[in-house]
Amino acid sequence: MTASKPNIDAERLLRHYRTMWRIRAFEQVAERAQREGHVGGAVHQSIGQEAVAVGVCANLRPSDQITTNHRGHGHAIAKGTDAAAMMLELCGKVGGTCAGKGGSMHIADFSVGMLGANGVVGAGIPIAVGAAHGAKLKGEARIVACFFGDGAVNRGPFLEGLNWAKIFALPVLFVCEDNGFASTTRANAVTAGEGAAARAESFGIPAFAVDGNDVVAVDGLVGDCVERLRAGAGPLFVHARTYRLMGHTTADAGAYRPKAEVEAQWGEEPIARAGRQLVALGVPEAELAKAREAAEAEMEATMRGAIAAPYPPLSEAFSDVQDIGAPE
Amino acid sequence: MTTMSYARASAAALAEEMRRDATVWALGEDLGRGGVFGQYRGLVDEFGPDRIADTPISEATIMGAAVGAALVGTRPVVEMRFSDFALCAVDELVNQAAKARFMFGGQARVPMVIREPIGMWRSSAAQHSQSLEAWYVHVPGLVVVAPATPADNKGLLKSAIRSDDPVVYMEHKDLWPLEGEVPDDEDYTVPLGRARLAREGDDVTLVSWSRMVGEAEQAAAEAAKQGIAVELIDLRTLWPWDEAAVLASVVKTGRLLIAHEAVQVGGFGAEIAATVAEKAAAKLKAPIRRLGAPRAPISYAKPLEDALRVSPPALLRAIQSLVES
Repeated sequence: MTASKPNIDAERLLRHYRTMWRIRAFEQVAERAQREGHVGGAVHQSIGQEAVAVGVCANLRPSDQITTNHRGHGHAIAKGTDAAAMMLELCGKVGGTCAGKGGSMHIADFSVGMLGANGVVGAGIPIAVGAAHGAKLKGEARIVACFFGDGAVNRGPFLEGLNWAKIFALPVLFVCEDNGFASTTRANAVTAGEGAAARAESFGIPAFAVDGNDVVAVDGLVGDCVERLRAGAGPLFVHARTYRLMGHTTADAGAYRPKAEVEAQWGEEPIARAGRQLVALGVPEAELAKAREAAEAEMEATMRGAIAAPYPPLSEAFSDVQDIGAPE
Repeated sequence: MTTMSYARASAAALAEEMRRDATVWALGEDLGRGGVFGQYRGLVDEFGPDRIADTPISEATIMGAAVGAALVGTRPVVEMRFSDFALCAVDELVNQAAKARFMFGGQARVPMVIREPIGMWRSSAAQHSQSLEAWYVHVPGLVVVAPATPADNKGLLKSAIRSDDPVVYMEHKDLWPLEGEVPDDEDYTVPLGRARLAREGDDVTLVSWSRMVGEAEQAAAEAAKQGIAVELIDLRTLWPWDEAAVLASVVKTGRLLIAHEAVQVGGFGAEIAATVAEKAAAKLKAPIRRLGAPRAPISYAKPLEDALRVSPPALLRAIQSLVES
């Protein structure tokens, strides 16, 4: 299959390609390390959804902020979080993004504007809205991108948060990363009406649909949105359709979906698609292979480092609880 | 000193802190019109609608947005209107506000105050009358405050606003009109975690907080007429609670009564009783007594509602029983 020439310069697309491979390699290495007993808890992979994270975050400045959900490794990496620190966090080790106290579902890196993944579906929405509200009060010009899934649109904080962002005219980019599944249930079976974008439009928030497996399309759309947000347009909404190629967690084989469906979706996955677009732009195949190998080598090395790193001292279990009335 | 109500004392505290620190702001329903109990009256005129923000009836997002705004360096004061309504925002308080600092490895603080008016307020029934302070004491990361006097409502609210921790600040609805002397000094604060010795005595230690302190004072005055000297400790802050003050008093008196408006079962009195039993049992001259509400929803009809209250006569009987045993 060949791609027609996309409307993007090759250098920018190659950057996206590299970042998407870094996300994919991170999650593949994490899955293997979990099987080997180095990573605990639940790991939610975003394999197949990398184009949304990369296409959105490529348009953000370091001073802009994001919140994300339980499936947030890609968003964190795309926003600039150090992958080695993330891997240390997954292993619960010293030097992890959260000192080994959060794990996969609570990765945060405030130094790059990554205000936190979240273990509660939809919970990042009010926090993103509040971060934008706080910035407005302080007179700081920044935008906040808020990533959530199709399952979150049925939670109250989604509806409350959209309403809030609109009435206070906050510069929030809502990004519904619609991977088709709310946990292990097909989202369209439990979502009434026309879905996420229609709900946003009912609040007067302009909503745009995009093929979330096409990083060029996501990048282009979000580039336009971000320009409008910076100009004071108030909140905007992006509905990015994609597909979760893996189970809900690494412990879920996803057997509730026909194999043929998943196989067909592997043919649509975003990294290979971006690769075809790069070839159409004249980038040699060898360059693509190099990007993949570099990403895999980087993540293998970070995992080796994470496995070798020490666990935090036990005092970490009792630090940063609170100032007054902290555990003794 | 100025004589003012518990409600005005809180407004004075908020105004002083907003003048002192431009990052302090308040958000909640109907604040621009003074708040549902008038505790914000006049503030919007001085500080404008951005800092005294009227919000939609969206408790989860009032709380959640405050968490986000706190994480990026503002100091929100959240008004929940009734503590009962704050139950719509428990995820945002318990899973987000209380956890963010710890689970992000100390990268950020969540300096916010969550004002939750508590308690029975004549015939407000089951969804507008609860005292759920013990729930929040149970959650690591939170500070829990329950002032009983106008002076404390000023000094503790100022300390809560200055704290970098999320503080659940529980004001009792029956106390809004209570008048008292309040220091005018803008540097006046009351430290979090310190009890107030409301009355000295050698015979019985009575520990209470919030509105029940007033009932306890009445009972202690009655007891004094019978020759029983009650030492009344107003805990003021429930987490962290002033264990040292309580233990010192119990060591002196040998008798302990704990009284609160909340349901007795699983109430915070149980924690105090258990701690004293663990640390000062040898000093006790009588078994520890607790008085709280029966484990029933709060009724609407006056006599039914009153059946759930801890009354001064009930407190007096408990004091007498401790001395007699």
